[in-house]
Amino acid sequence: MKKIKTLLMAMTLAGMPGLALAQEQAAVASAPVAQAAAMAAPVAATVAPAADAAAPAAEAVKAEKPAAPAPLAPSELGLPHEAAIGLQEVVTDVGQNGRWMHNAVLFPLIAGICLFVLALLLWVMFRYRAAANPNPSKNSHNTLIEVIWTLVPILILVAVAVPSIRLLARQFDPPKADLTIKVIGHQWFWSYQYPDNGDFEVVSNMLKEKDQVEAGQQFRTDADGPRLLAADERMVVPAGKVVKLIVTADDVIHSFAVPAFWTKMDAIPGRLNETWFKVDRPGVYFGQCSELCGVRHGFMPIAVEVRPEAEFNQWVLSKGGKLAGAEAVAPAAAPAEPAPAAPAAATKG
Amino acid sequence: MTDTTASAAHSDAAHAHDHHDADHKPGFFARWFMSTNHKDIGTLYLLFAVFAGIIGGAISGLMRLELAEPGIQYLEAWSGQQGDAALHLWNVLITAHGLIMVFFMVMPAVIGGFGNWFVPIMIGAPDMAFPRMNNVSFWLTVSAFILLLGSTFVSGGIGNGAGTGWTVYAPLSTSGSPGPAVDLAILSLHLAGASSILGAVNFITTIFNMRAPGMTLHKMPLFVWSVLVTAFLLLLSLPVLAAAITMLLTDRNFGTTFYDPSGGGDPVLYQHLFWFFGHPEVYIMILPAFGIVSQIVSTFSRKPVFGYLGMAYAMVAIGVVGFVVWAHHMFTTGMSVNVKMYFTAATMVIAVPTGVKIFSWIATMWSGSISFKAPMVWALGFIFMFTVGGVTGVVLANGGVDDIMHDTYYVVAHFHYVLSLGAVFGLFAGTYYWFPKMTGRMYNEFLGHLHFWVFFVGVNVLFFPMHFLGLQGMPRRYPDYPDAQAYWNHVATNGYYIMAIGVGIFLINMIWSMLAGKKAPDNPWGEGANTLEWTLSSPPPFHQFETLPKID
Ligand code: HEM
Ligand SMILES: [Cu+2]
Ligand SMILES: [Cu+2]
Repeated sequence: MKKIKTLLMAMTLAGMPGLALAQEQAAVASAPVAQAAAMAAPVAATVAPAADAAAPAAEAVKAEKPAAPAPLAPSELGLPHEAAIGLQEVVTDVGQNGRWMHNAVLFPLIAGICLFVLALLLWVMFRYRAAANPNPSKNSHNTLIEVIWTLVPILILVAVAVPSIRLLARQFDPPKADLTIKVIGHQWFWSYQYPDNGDFEVVSNMLKEKDQVEAGQQFRTDADGPRLLAADERMVVPAGKVVKLIVTADDVIHSFAVPAFWTKMDAIPGRLNETWFKVDRPGVYFGQCSELCGVRHGFMPIAVEVRPEAEFNQWVLSKGGKLAGAEAVAPAAAPAEPAPAAPAAATKG
Repeated sequence: MTDTTASAAHSDAAHAHDHHDADHKPGFFARWFMSTNHKDIGTLYLLFAVFAGIIGGAISGLMRLELAEPGIQYLEAWSGQQGDAALHLWNVLITAHGLIMVFFMVMPAVIGGFGNWFVPIMIGAPDMAFPRMNNVSFWLTVSAFILLLGSTFVSGGIGNGAGTGWTVYAPLSTSGSPGPAVDLAILSLHLAGASSILGAVNFITTIFNMRAPGMTLHKMPLFVWSVLVTAFLLLLSLPVLAAAITMLLTDRNFGTTFYDPSGGGDPVLYQHLFWFFGHPEVYIMILPAFGIVSQIVSTFSRKPVFGYLGMAYAMVAIGVVGFVVWAHHMFTTGMSVNVKMYFTAATMVIAVPTGVKIFSWIATMWSGSISFKAPMVWALGFIFMFTVGGVTGVVLANGGVDDIMHDTYYVVAHFHYVLSLGAVFGLFAGTYYWFPKMTGRMYNEFLGHLHFWVFFVGVNVLFFPMHFLGLQGMPRRYPDYPDAQAYWNHVATNGYYIMAIGVGIFLINMIWSMLAGKKAPDNPWGEGANTLEWTLSSPPPFHQFETLPKID
């Protein structure tokens, strides 16, 4: 079964060399731009391929789908930073809330407690060292102080519990979903199904380094993302829309995690776990499998690309999907009915 | 209330006995392989723990070496294989490290070692209630360890050895790991569990029935209290683990589907069962260290423990609440919001009795007369480092925040602060504290301090950066990481080297002192040391308290 899947995936890649190449060039071209101004990049990148899209379609007789928009180059967001010591930036409301909870409530609290305990320790060590206090007192009770150091922590914890519970409630109170994606963890890759868009599936594998692949195979470039984080296919979602994820797995437990979204949900065989996010800011955000799932647990990254809706639609069509709601929206280039044998869709199973 | 025993009969029987006790000692083989003497069994446990600790520690050294630089550098050479089979070695290393440190280092040392040595003595009993069962417990631990080591030589799927993590989650441990390695590892856990259950029964019986006249429960030294609570945790939680892993075995070998959804089972069931054991287990590892630290702080402050009853019942409270918080390890498994809220709140409750303990230790020192001998320095280190680990536990307790922390290095940092800097500091503290009593010789004070400072710096350099890595999102159980995470990983590995030097100093100190240390007096610590072991000779006679001491 796995063999067949891999084979089909290989065919997918082989079938669209021109496309893949075009994408890479566009991406590479926009990379420096992205580094200079992270926010400008997606905009720049979107114009170019849209214009190109018509050309290959006209040439190739069998080209029945528009080209996918060029992948967005990574920005400063959604990935770890060299020698950083804090939480990654977050781009969802829930994430802002959670990050605030950590940075403004919990961290000051625990740092304060540690410093308080340390200060007390240093003080007693200094003040009551044998040289300074040769005769110890025999006092071993003080009900008042014992009551205080029981009650004060209780009050502090109650005070922490309030925002903590509120954060939980927010995470579990999703607005109505605009789009549902089924996320499936496999040993050792992710696949994403788009039931609202004709139920096509994309299979997302880690991109290897240039020296790790055989000639002709796709390898990672900086435009794809950092080593170990870049994936050949990304999960693409529309910006500003509520995306509902149904998370599961087909072999062992995996965990779908994107730190910048404050999202982590275990992918468990036989269960459909639900979570959601809404990201306004276009860009690509990386995550990694977060439940031990076997030998390549460390090598099945997650890359989520948030794009303006028009580009998302273009991407959907390029994958042989349908636009949600109406066939009529489909551009003229699209065939009356999407080819059922479209490679991406065929990998399902 | 706690100065129970300064006035306890200064057991003269003990001294008189001292001279001809050699007559009662069995020959070498009978003494060490068929032992029924609690002190000999305690010694065996301690030596075993040192041995296992060196192996477990060496494994973590391999892991830190591989993680020192981004990319895979060593796994292929070490495993002699390429690709996935080399990566499998990584999972075998993390699994073996976790299991060895938990089941074969910390538990045998604190419970089997110090518990066996000092619980009977501290309550004025001649031995444990079931001396033969005590021997069985020890040899079951050894058999379990051999099974675990053996598992690394047989197939665990893609390569040799079990690569499931110490948590052995299904279905990675069932359908995900063909080959006998995981079966052997599970059987190893069974034996280790049976050993601990027998030990727990023994401690509970001993403590409830064999206290010397006048040694009421409320006069028992806190170390005995800590072992009593620990024994109850063991007794109540280990059978659940046994059931959980037995179902793993039948799923693997006999076609049952307890954890297999295609047969109506559920992988999450395993996690509930495992953590119902697993959370009490973390307290099993720390409570005896609490007890040790209480004894030491009181001894070297020359003051009775402040708020003795509060200290004892704080441990009882931790034990009880520890049974109803297990699912804080499962916040990302898709639990409902109400369940998450409950486990968030319940988990935070544990911080209250934990805080009581920390403040009581400080209050014990307050207006005391503190001398900074090696055991005390380790105890002070324990209090601070355990605080750091405890507060990050409070962060993790928040279900909504744990979404970002779970299964990252932040959790690794948390549990190493409470274990490698908590439980292990407690272990070192206890070792220095009781070394003169156990061996009859003094350790080297300078090396003891040097060991502390080197180890203290090492483990902090090793584990503190892991908080940063975790906050930046580095998942745990990864052999490689994006290049942006190289800096703190590199720092952490340097910390490992420093720590390893510290361990070297410790071993040198132990060996040298055992051979050539100054002769230890009965009570090297002065009037602050007022529990019964200090009324005996150093080392104590082969059988102590043939006439029971009276406590008033
Ligand atoms: C103030 C008390 C404590 C609290 C509130 C607390 C809370 C937590 C939480 C919520 C987790 C789960 C984190 C995650 O996996 O996402 C955790 C993990 C862990 N804690 Fe604690 N903890 C406390 C004390 C301790 C102590 C005393 C120990 C052991 C001596 C300990 C050992 C562990 C271990 C070993 C894990 C990780 C288990 C694993 O996933 O392999 N904790 N703790
Ligand atoms: Cu994984
Ligand atoms: Cu726990």
